[in-house]
Amino acid sequence: MKIAVLSGKGGAGKTMVAVNLAAIAQQVTYVDCDVEEPNGRLFLKPEGVAREPVCTLLPEFDASKCTGCRRCVEFCRFNALVYIKEKPLVFPEVCHACGGCQVVCPDGAVCEKERPVGCVERGQHGSVRVITGILNAGEASGVPVIKAALRAGDAHGGLEIIDCPPGSACSVMESVASADYCLLVAEPTAFGFHNFQMVYELASLLGKPCGAVINKMDAPYDPLERFCETNGLPILLRIPYSRQLARLAANGEIIAEKDMEYAGQFKRLLEKIGGVRR
Amino acid sequence: MKKLLILSGKGGTGKTTAAAAFIRFAQARAIADCDVDAPNLHIVTPVKTEPERFVFAGSDKARIDTGACVGCGLCAQHCRFDAIEERDGVYRIRETACEGCGVCAYVCPVKAVTLTEDIAGEQFLYRNDAVFSTAMLKMGRGNSGKLVSDVKLAMTNAAPNAELAIIDGSPGIGCPVISSISGVDLVLIVAEPSQAGRSDLERLFKTIQIFRTKAAVCVNKWDASPEHTAAIEQFCLEHQIPFVGRIPYDKHASAAINRGMSLADVDCPARDALRHIFDQTGKLLG
Repeated sequence: MKIAVLSGKGGAGKTMVAVNLAAIAQQVTYVDCDVEEPNGRLFLKPEGVAREPVCTLLPEFDASKCTGCRRCVEFCRFNALVYIKEKPLVFPEVCHACGGCQVVCPDGAVCEKERPVGCVERGQHGSVRVITGILNAGEASGVPVIKAALRAGDAHGGLEIIDCPPGSACSVMESVASADYCLLVAEPTAFGFHNFQMVYELASLLGKPCGAVINKMDAPYDPLERFCETNGLPILLRIPYSRQLARLAANGEIIAEKDMEYAGQFKRLLEKIGGVRR
Repeated sequence: MKKLLILSGKGGTGKTTAAAAFIRFAQARAIADCDVDAPNLHIVTPVKTEPERFVFAGSDKARIDTGACVGCGLCAQHCRFDAIEERDGVYRIRETACEGCGVCAYVCPVKAVTLTEDIAGEQFLYRNDAVFSTAMLKMGRGNSGKLVSDVKLAMTNAAPNAELAIIDGSPGIGCPVISSISGVDLVLIVAEPSQAGRSDLERLFKTIQIFRTKAAVCVNKWDASPEHTAAIEQFCLEHQIPFVGRIPYDKHASAAINRGMSLADVDCPARDALRHIFDQTGKLLG
């Protein structure tokens, strides 16, 4: 079973919920798909970390074979190619690595070389397998790194917890696509609620069963409570705002490993999710 | 026009809260929300009129005419984005994975694949006392970088004489962030005093450096962890990044947001701290 943890808004507590679930579940694979800002590793502190680069392909042009027909330049829909000094030139940041230039070249003048865009780290936190996708600074798209991290997670089977990026764009879609269950973490504020509705819509659109966790709760935020009730979305856990929890989280501590009360709460959360499994 | 962009790396550190306060302090005439994935600035930005709306066309999407398709599978073999799936001999495009490169249409021997325009989002432009440019990306769509640059362009075109533009950015360091950085005069980073916040700040700073843009740092909810705040100040000192202030944890902040108000309108310690940061930032902008 794969559980995706998402929130729309950043800072709602996705990673906190995901690492606590992983720590409680034990025989589990935790996959951090928030490749722009991967933070699960700061909590889980994996040991025996091995790194593998993630590369995309970038075209290279053989000037001796190129006849200057410019079909590649005309074909490229991303405007990643220009014809300059009697040879095509590629802008690496704009190239989507679709391979189109190679396919259309009638002279076999295009080959591809690998270009690193990030890496996947694997390590262990006790019996929790920790897989982290990390995008290199300056790279625009995290999708290839997300795909590589998910592939690394799939290699093991069993229970998997996927820590998703914020927002609701392509990178989130990629992270959620193969999940069996979506756990939506909500912050009970006007900002949090607005983004929560967006990810709920995304998860429903994909036909995924969902449940909600409300984090940093001072008092009930009525619009959120009403929204969950109207949509039949179960609120599985409410975590109050407390300075003590904030401090533990700030220091990269896993609450469920420090506090028996929360260990029990996260265990029940995991059971409830297992219960509504398809 | 001086352009101030507010970023954070980590989500939820208080970008939008700071942006909304700055807009009031500055009486800014040009405002943009570049967090097109999860926009929130409109919740705390009063507007009187309906916006002008523009459709945002993203990259085209492939479409397979199942009647014409002979099921050879060449399209799926050539697709680099796993965007074509086959079920019981029928080939279909996974819309959210398709990047519109056109390779499938090129290799199809019976011309069963066409590329069609895709509406990837909507842009909104409010022209009140201030120009406010914002947008909403359609779910699961890419191309957010292009939409971000369109949002900024719409703002600049509609308020060419504004002295100061305040731009709210998105979390992370990828496509929309890179696009939002281009052409701004200063990035104010709102950092969170935590291990995760520090890691994200460092990754964001590295990204901003690649694009050679000036940055300044402030810490929100600094009293939640004086130790991590001190470490952030140390990081700034070592990298010669101006540190422009600390904001205390303040219950008034979320209360103001939930009433759709800017923190600038509430008499509280967080407002005073933000005012100080705004003044310091103004000096850096010149």
